[in-house]
This record gives sequence, C-alpha cells and structure tokens, in this order.
Amino acid sequence: MQIIVCLKQVPNTNEVKFDTKTGTLIRDGVASIINPDDRNALEEAIRLKELKGGTVTAITMGPPQADYALREALAMGADEAILLSDRAFAGADTWATSLTLAQAIKKIGHYDLIFCGRQAIDGDTAQVGPELAEHLDLPQVTYVKKIISMDSDKAVVERALEDGYEVIEVTLPAVLTAVKELNTPRYATTSGIVDAFDVKKITVWGMTQLDIATGLVGLNASPTKVKRTFSPAVKGDVKFLTGSIKETVQTLLKELQAKHVL
Amino acid sequence: MFVIIEKTHCTGCEACQASCPVGAIEIDGGIATITDKCTCCGACVEECPVQAIKLENENNNIAPAKEAFHLGAYQGVWVFAELRQGTIMNIALELLGEGRKLADTLGVELGAVLIGNKVEPLAQDLFAYGADVVYLVENAELENYRTESYCAALEKLIKTYKPEILLIGATNIGRDLGPRLAGRVRTGLTADCTVLDIDTEKRLLNQTRPAFGGNIMATIICPDTRPQLATVRSGVMKKATPDFNRTGRIIKAIYPPDVKVRTIVRDIVKEAKKIVNLEEAQIIVSGGRGVGGPEGFKLLEEVAARLGAIVGASRGAVDSGWIPSNHQVGQTGKTVHPKLYIACGISGAIQHLAGMQHSSVIVAINKNSSAPIFKIADYGIVGDLFKVLPALLDTLKEITNGNKESSAI
Repeated sequence: MQIIVCLKQVPNTNEVKFDTKTGTLIRDGVASIINPDDRNALEEAIRLKELKGGTVTAITMGPPQADYALREALAMGADEAILLSDRAFAGADTWATSLTLAQAIKKIGHYDLIFCGRQAIDGDTAQVGPELAEHLDLPQVTYVKKIISMDSDKAVVERALEDGYEVIEVTLPAVLTAVKELNTPRYATTSGIVDAFDVKKITVWGMTQLDIATGLVGLNASPTKVKRTFSPAVKGDVKFLTGSIKETVQTLLKELQAKHVL
Repeated sequence: MFVIIEKTHCTGCEACQASCPVGAIEIDGGIATITDKCTCCGACVEECPVQAIKLENENNNIAPAKEAFHLGAYQGVWVFAELRQGTIMNIALELLGEGRKLADTLGVELGAVLIGNKVEPLAQDLFAYGADVVYLVENAELENYRTESYCAALEKLIKTYKPEILLIGATNIGRDLGPRLAGRVRTGLTADCTVLDIDTEKRLLNQTRPAFGGNIMATIICPDTRPQLATVRSGVMKKATPDFNRTGRIIKAIYPPDVKVRTIVRDIVKEAKKIVNLEEAQIIVSGGRGVGGPEGFKLLEEVAARLGAIVGASRGAVDSGWIPSNHQVGQTGKTVHPKLYIACGISGAIQHLAGMQHSSVIVAINKNSSAPIFKIADYGIVGDLFKVLPALLDTLKEITNGNKESSAI
C-alpha cells in the first residue's frame, strides 16, 4: 500500500501560558511538535505498512523549520518525506493549504490512502482533511477511531460520533482523518532517529516543483482573511472567602442562594 | 505575502512581539525583525501602536475561489438543520436563534435547510424557532448522513438559491460536511465561531473564534466568495422561544440523480456510555489535575448529585485518564454556560477558560492562590478541595435534613 500522511508542525499550545497582567502570551521555550492527531494518523499508516507492505510518505507544508517534524516522522518509520515550503505559501487558510497539498499529492501520483489528523491544536478547524478530499475528488471518512478491515479497493472503519460511532465502508483511494482513540503512537527508536537525521533525505518542493500559479497559493488563494486578533477578555474582581472551612462553605452557599444560582 | 517592518517608524516597543502567536518577532538593536517562523497571520499589524508593520502582497492575482461570485446575487441567511435518527438536533435550533438576528440585521429571510428521507413534518418546528423558509430535499438516499450525498444536495441548493450566509453546527457531522462543501463551492469556512455579527457597512459576516487553544481570539471575514460559511459549537448560541403558530414557505428541491457516493453506512452504534449533557447543564462541578485521580472524581460526583449538577473536567484530568473525554470542558472539549460553575483543582489554562468563562457565576477552589482560574472566578476559596468539598457536602446535607436545627443558613 502506498500511504500518504499529511502532518502539521504546531506550537505545543498546552505549554503556552497567559500573562494576565499584560494580557499577552508567554511562549518562551514552547516547543514545536507534530500535531497530536497527525501523530495518530502517522502511527496507523506505519502499522498498515507493516501489515500490508508498501511505503509511507509524510508530507507537510510550512516554513523551513517544519523539516524537524518530518525528521521525527521518518524516525517513527515513514519512508519518505516531502516539505512544501515557499514564501508564496505563507498566509494560506485551510482552503489554500489543502489546494497546495492536493497539488503535491497529484505530483506524487500513485497512492491508496491519504491519512490526516482530525484537527490541529493551533487552529482546531478540522477542515484541511475534507477540503483536500474535495480537491482530489476522493471519498472521505473523518473522525476515524478504528480500522476494521483494509483491502486493496475498500476499507471498513469506525467513525466516531458524539454518542457512539458509525461503521462506514469506503472505496479506495480515500482520505481518512484520525482521532486519538485510533491508536497509541510509538516512540522513535535510536536507530530510527539516526536514520532520520543522517541517512534519509527530505524532498523540498516549492512553487517551481509544484508548477502551480501564484494566484493559487498562500493568502492570494485564501477566501478567508483575518480581520483582527485580540486577547480574550478576562474577568476580574474575585471575592476570596476566608475563615474556617465550615464558615467558608456557609458563606459561599449564602452568597450563591442570594444570587439565585442554587 | 510577507510582513514588512518600517524601520524608520519602529520604536522597538515590543508590542508586536507580545502579540505574535508563533513567536516570530525578535527585537534586534531596538527594532523588530521578522523571523522564518512568521505565518503572515497579521496579528502584529493590528497591534503596532505606530503603524510600522504592513502586510505586503507579492502580487494581486485573483484566485479561482474568487472568480464569478457576484456578491449582490447572494441573499439570505441559512441554517443547516442537522438531524439524527429523524430528530432535529438542538444545535440547529440554536443556530436558528442566532440566524434570526443576523437575517433581521441584514433585512433578509432566514432559511433552514432540511435534508433527509420523509422529513417534511419537521419543517413546522423550524418555522417555530424562527425560519421563514424551509429548503427541503427528500430522498431515500438521504436517510442517513453521508458526506457526498448531503454535500451534493446542499451544493445544488446553494447554486440555485444563492444564500449569503450558511451556518452549520460544529458537530462530528457538521465538521465533516462544512469543509467538504466549502471545497466544493469554492468559498471560505470559519470553524467553531463563538461570536457572529454583521459589518453592516460592508455587508460582511464577522466570524470570531478562539485560536491557539483559546490563547487568542481572531475575527475572520470572507470578503470575496459566497456563501460565507461558519460552524458553531452547540451551547454557544441561544435558542429563541418557539412560536408554534408561526408558519413559513417550504421550497422543495430535487436531489440530483447522478451523485457519486463512495461510502456506505453499514451500522450506526449508540454506545451505552452515559450521555453527559454539559451544554445544557445549569450547574457544573468540574475537576482538574488537583483532583488527583479517579477516586477524587467520586467526591465531585457526590457533590454534583447533591446539587443536581453534572461533572465536568479539564483536559489535564481527561488526558490523565481519570474521567472519560465526554466530560471535558474547554477549547478542545465542550463550551458551557451554566448558571453555576464550580472549578475544583483546576489551575485555569486558557484552553479550559475558553470553554467555561461565560458561566454566570464561577466558584474556584484551588490550593494555589495565584492560579489563573481565580482571575475569572466570582468566588475563590484558597484551600484543599478534599477538605472544602466534604464540608460543603455536610452543609448541604444539613440544609436538606431540615435546616431548623442547623444554623448554617
């Protein structure tokens, strides 16, 4: 099986802290990571390769330093890695990002399966997977939590719903998006890491290699625009309740009853 | 597309550095410089007090997504009326409540899109909750949601009736359909909006949403393509009071005959897990890492049972495996707005606050007096939740056991 996995390098938003005095982000020392859901997608692709044979190609679009996410993917077990990087790609929304990814995947040519993570933790949109499927005219199954069977021309998967799941049969090639219940991603082995940095190569494609018009990439091709960004409003004026624990909870209950919330 | 800093204007005030969500700005010799990490999001442009930062276009080529949209031809606000097993989802009614306001501001009709098999009787409910028109597509092929069949039905409706705005619930189905449709009709989509309003001058939908785990808010617009698509999570918007005497028009549309559908729904399985309806809860007792483990959540459950509340959790507690993820409140969990939110052992990461800050009254119990949760709380108790909650339980029991003998309240 030829499997393509789309990854995004993201800041580890769990580590981002907020300075309530200045109303700004504290990002010192916040690491860049492979987006968590994408890691599940990669893990599943590698497991399928181990089961069925074939190759796993990891692909990402981003600035030059996104190279590091691909090295990590190679260390986990991806066979090839492609970095889509060009200043012209910057400012892309999900529509333009998925179009650039689609163009690159068309250039790769043969594939049976495309795996994405459900959503990235920086944007939380969950849009690139379905938009990519549309641009490539492929069927899609999002929120994949289990693969029941995988044949050469079709797959049967479980798609998570809020209160259960659907069992969906999909013809291949298809785009699947992974949720964290799908698997537990492996750690890279030492030899994997050595290979990823010293042996395996990362292919870099920009505008020239993709043969794509400037109007089709980056901010120019993005139907949505950021009008403004701002810090979330912060409330204030907390009333600290003090005294013995008994007194404290009694005061609390009185206050809550006075406000008619109890 | 890139960011330019006018060195003669820059005062080195560092405001841009603080505003940059990706840490791409460095102050070098008293002047801001943009590094390779820049994603051209434009946050710094807004922030600069001396207008020294500009976003530059390398060229002004028109993208294909923008061609042939005669903006004036698109009119009306639509809501996708999501169904599950033939029942209208709550989110659809909430969106009708919000859509009604937007439609009134624009002076246009509010439409509801009803897709399914033999679902016409549901139109009456959509009118009751604010729809003027119901666009109905019925076909046996549309019995269950499938990406390609529903996308084709909506694509046909959009191309025929041309709405300027379409709102979709950010459910596991809406988040599958929305982006597929956006790709299909070549328009923009903004996910998980928390505030929607109209820029009346430009007749544009301002779509405000949290990003970077709720660390910043962004207002997104879709200026050149139509419809303007937005998804909204359940619990964010408010339903209108239904008026079952209200009526409206039903416009029936044909399901296109040649739709390519490459998925089959073999089964829909309801899981026996307890339904946790945090979005509609009036009182939530929520726990974080400070709860310490699954046993700690048993104490929270006791308090919740006594108050008629539902138990929530932070991402930290869920990721630790102490409580299932359907209890999670926050940017990656559920957005809630109960009248009372009691946060126990939750430090208050921004990603959590994003999901609960609109609660009417917030009580925070935490050992650490400088925990960020206290910044948004109405009442704070600095103390050990394993002492405070049992005392709270005792006092509540005293009240219910007839508060005559108790001087508690």
